[in-house]
Amino acid sequence: MPPLSKKERMNIPRQPMPEQAPLERNKNFLEVNLGLTEELARMEANRCLQCPKPVCIDGCPVGVQIRDFIKLVGEGDFLGAAAKIKEDNALPAVCGRVCPQEEQCEAKCVVGVKHDPVAIGRLERFVSDYEREHVGIRTPKVKPKTGKKVAVIGSGPAGLSCAGDLIQLGHDVTVFEALHEVGGVLIYGIPEFRLPKSIVKAEVDALKTLGVEFQTNAVIGFTDTIDELFENGYSAVFIAVGAGLPYFMNIPGENYNGVYSANEFLTRVNLMKAYKFPEYDTPVFDCKDKNVAVFGGGNTAMDAVRTAKRLGAKNAYIMYRRSEKEMPARLEEVHHAKQEGIEFIFLTNPLAFLGDENGWLHGVKLQKMELGEPDASGRRRPVPIPNSEYITDLDMAVVAIGNGSNPIIQKTTPDLSYNKWGNIIVNEESMKTSKKGVFAGGDIVSGGATVILAMGAGRTAAKAIDIFLTNTEIW
Amino acid sequence: MNKIVSAEFLAADIKRFVIEAPKIAAKRKAGQFVIVRIDEKGERIPLTIADSNKEEGTITIIVQGIGKTTKEINNHVAGDSFLDVVGPLGKPSHIENFGTAISIGGGVGTAIAFPTAVALKEAGNYTIVINGARNKDLVLLEKEINLVADEAYITTDDGSYGYHGFVTQKLQELIDSGRKIDFVLAIGPIPMMRAVANTTRPYGIKTVVSLNPVMVDGTGMCGGCRATVDNKTVFVCVDGPEFDAHLVDFDLLTKRNRTYNKSEKEALDNHLCNLDKAFVEAVTTEPLHQ
Repeated sequence: MPPLSKKERMNIPRQPMPEQAPLERNKNFLEVNLGLTEELARMEANRCLQCPKPVCIDGCPVGVQIRDFIKLVGEGDFLGAAAKIKEDNALPAVCGRVCPQEEQCEAKCVVGVKHDPVAIGRLERFVSDYEREHVGIRTPKVKPKTGKKVAVIGSGPAGLSCAGDLIQLGHDVTVFEALHEVGGVLIYGIPEFRLPKSIVKAEVDALKTLGVEFQTNAVIGFTDTIDELFENGYSAVFIAVGAGLPYFMNIPGENYNGVYSANEFLTRVNLMKAYKFPEYDTPVFDCKDKNVAVFGGGNTAMDAVRTAKRLGAKNAYIMYRRSEKEMPARLEEVHHAKQEGIEFIFLTNPLAFLGDENGWLHGVKLQKMELGEPDASGRRRPVPIPNSEYITDLDMAVVAIGNGSNPIIQKTTPDLSYNKWGNIIVNEESMKTSKKGVFAGGDIVSGGATVILAMGAGRTAAKAIDIFLTNTEIW
Repeated sequence: MNKIVSAEFLAADIKRFVIEAPKIAAKRKAGQFVIVRIDEKGERIPLTIADSNKEEGTITIIVQGIGKTTKEINNHVAGDSFLDVVGPLGKPSHIENFGTAISIGGGVGTAIAFPTAVALKEAGNYTIVINGARNKDLVLLEKEINLVADEAYITTDDGSYGYHGFVTQKLQELIDSGRKIDFVLAIGPIPMMRAVANTTRPYGIKTVVSLNPVMVDGTGMCGGCRATVDNKTVFVCVDGPEFDAHLVDFDLLTKRNRTYNKSEKEALDNHLCNLDKAFVEAVTTEPLHQ
């Protein structure tokens, strides 16, 4: 077949992602997206113009060589494509599923100026799934051992990407995880139907094969302090503990039974598998035929409300104080949620939770809002409409308005610099902190962000740690 | 995996485990807790560390079998292992030489309060222990407490041993005797802790309780263990577990601890049914010996 002309490439429509039917999937926890077929993937790859200067890469926080891997997909060399991605990304099957590509690589794609951009994320997902399913995840070459040891605190996206880079550079890496399973937010936060845990496990296993050591049940600060890690022979420490301290709204009734933080609700369902109760021992509120509202407009809010729907909620609402346009959630998540029967109530703010004499939630007092002048975030500030209060019945509420920083590292490591929100202050080029040998990245530095931004921070830190290990004078 | 070195019942349904956990043993201070998970499907159960031995690398926990998981924990014997033990978690007890300190334990709380009583004694306090139980068979650690305490009292609800009455009645007698009491620690069922707080409040005696809410991660990540103290929401796992008894909203704590009562009952009934079934099967499929 002769190579396609630019025009022919541009005329291929963006290939649809096969997915479970909405009214079927909202009753199960199986993955929503089913993945491209080989034919669809090659067709989609043929839409790429193979730009001489690929700007899509500028949109990728970890710098995946997007043009080159897509070329290999077009040629049918799926394993070659998988290897190409892995030069820059330790968790491609994860990123292919949860990255907000529409704001990153795909936002830069030249095809996207006039048409729909190339579906880079779906292709990334396809090749990493292809590799895992056909030959198992292959691991890249590792440089000769340097004999240096690095401690990574936290096994979420920032920690895993940093560990993946450091092990390839020849350093020994131990990842310390507070929970009993490795993966951080990928395990406790993001639901099975969006990111199957078997995929996280497979990508973690690949890091283990490379030689990364994992210690679960290790709460750094308590089990060992950071200074003790240095005493134990680690030459550098990367703090990637995530945000991990849920915000509540500080409104009356927030401690009624049936009011959850998104972290607790999702952790019970995802990490502890409460959706399989009583086969698994950990329970969660029985949502069956109940009214459930999730407060917030981010990806976590979408995850929580779609989870509640799958647990049998009669009505599952998103209640958000701004309008649809200001919602930080990915478009795909919002779209999927709507298809699954989630009801969105915009410009509505809770004033108080209402409960019965036994402490159980039974309603919420709401207030209607309108948009005023833009605030510090650049989004128009929601302003209460006077005399617009009303009450709605509610059996369960999930507060998904973000996370503050977890206090354990701060309390046990006072000689690091923190901002007023408890985030660790770093030099953004190297992620180095105020304490020699200690680097930090991910949500504990940035506040709540995305998986891929955390992975980008992990990569930046890994580069700087590598330099530091050969020349400790850089501090 | 954490191996169980020894396991023995102290009373019906209350079992003491010594388990291998060298890192935790080296670090823990009185008042801190661990989270235990017995197997892949198990819940994360927070348990106060009752004692530790740095040299042996072991910690001691004392478990009351109430729900499915705690009953399953108590089916473990020496030589078995727990899948996960994480800690030490929470803030250590604030220990100083207050003067005269009273440590009050109710039920399994007696065992949990014991290490703090030891720490109070070591800090130079004149240490009085009041040890409450429903009846004689449920009295815990009598010998150990007698070795440590300057004065020790046992109360039983039914009068089958020691002082006939509640721990608060004994506490009131001590207060009424006109002795100067500087500090009270109370660990036990919520009604008992609430009653102790109410007893000491009029006298302004500094009183501390250790709260036992439902937890998941135990590191501040989920907020499930929130309680109200001094009209503010706290996360017991990272802000506690010990708080000023006079500021705790015990009513809220009681209600929140009932969140999963229905599920827990279902799980327990299910568990017991399966055990019955297993028992019946074992009996009926056993070959008959002639």
